Amino acid sequence: MVALFALSVCVAANGSWLKHVPDADRRKVNPYAGQPDAIAAGAKMFADHCAQCHGPDARGHGKRPSLRSGRVQSATDGEIFWLLRNGNLTRGMPDWSFIPGPSRWQIIAYVKSLGARSNSNLAPAAVRNAPATLIQAEQR
Amino acid sequence: MITLRKISSGARPTCSFGFLCLAVICLSGGSLLISPRAAAQEPPYFVTYSHALEEPGNLEVEMKGTTASPQNGNRFLSGTLELEYGATAWWTTEVYLTGQTTANDSTIFNGFRWENRFRPLLREHFINPVLYVEYENLNEADRSLLEITGHDGVADYIVPNAIERGQTERSLEMKLILSSNFRGWNFSENFISEKDLNESDPWEFGYALGVSRPLALAASARSCTFCRENFAAGLELYGGLGTTDSFGWKATSQYLGPTIGFTIPRGPTVTFSPNFGLNANSLEVIYRVAVSYEVQQVFGRFHRSQQ
Repeated sequence: MVALFALSVCVAANGSWLKHVPDADRRKVNPYAGQPDAIAAGAKMFADHCAQCHGPDARGHGKRPSLRSGRVQSATDGEIFWLLRNGNLTRGMPDWSFIPGPSRWQIIAYVKSLGARSNSNLAPAAVRNAPATLIQAEQR
Repeated sequence: MITLRKISSGARPTCSFGFLCLAVICLSGGSLLISPRAAAQEPPYFVTYSHALEEPGNLEVEMKGTTASPQNGNRFLSGTLELEYGATAWWTTEVYLTGQTTANDSTIFNGFRWENRFRPLLREHFINPVLYVEYENLNEADRSLLEITGHDGVADYIVPNAIERGQTERSLEMKLILSSNFRGWNFSENFISEKDLNESDPWEFGYALGVSRPLALAASARSCTFCRENFAAGLELYGGLGTTDSFGWKATSQYLGPTIGFTIPRGPTVTFSPNFGLNANSLEVIYRVAVSYEVQQVFGRFHRSQQ
């Protein structure tokens, strides 16, 4: 059972879910994109819900995929929003439809900001307000 | 100090400070937890199930308390310890251990339940079905009121524990859970059927309906305990629907009540609900409270501690 689960999580990292995203969802625009307060709020939500699998620094955890990868960073906000709403249940990714839509967009704003941070383009307000554990993880 | 005595009808020890005993049991359950995290964002229901399953690898530990005072009977307090584990993203399995104490009577263990919930559809839809199967092994002194089926009513809650503890019911319970999330609101409908496996009793039916919403849909940027996003409020309506022999509302009990949940950041979730009986066959008021913790990636935690 554990091996099966680990395998399914591993396969989830291949991005096969992307081809299931309807065009209308793919084109959705994040109303909070780039907003420092939204990124800080998203960091908080990320620490509560996502860090357990993807790691506090979003670099992946065991076989769980990194959210700083090119595949995730190049996905549209709408595609990630679709994934959070639907999950990828057979691959180990739960759906997060119980997180209200605005909060999900905030998480996406935070995840997308990680790509910018990798290029030393930090959003100062977001970093200032992010949970301490996240900041520590970023600095490691 | 807790003292033990024997009740006249049996040789099993009971606690003369029943409520204290139950509190000790609750605290013992709580002490098992290590670095809990909150189970946030789930609807604050007590009886109704939504399509929210446990995240794979997470263990949620929840203590539910239920108290009511039946007319012509003694006040009871039931405690249920729930251990809910996310086996996969589409399958959650859960074990319940239940006990109760009745004023001027005794404190007893009622038995266990083992439930499994499955999501047959792997994407989010406007209505999301979940299949629920549960095996119960409980004596008839169970007062947890986790569901109301058949002709359950106030008369069931005034029989002394000494009589009911010896009557064990092994039953199969199935539910069809339908649930929708729309603009922050959750709407859930449960259709319940239950069959006593020991006897040739008819199938019993019941229902539960719930609606809830977080008080804020967007998270705030700063860390805060009493932000609106940490609260969720809702309403539950549930009751029996008779049996295969006598289906309908007649001689059933029905309840309606508001419910509110509060998630302490990086801590437990506390939920409270008073449920009001809607007819003469119902208890006047049931007070429910629950405290839940989510231990994230519980087996990964053990694995890391071995390294």
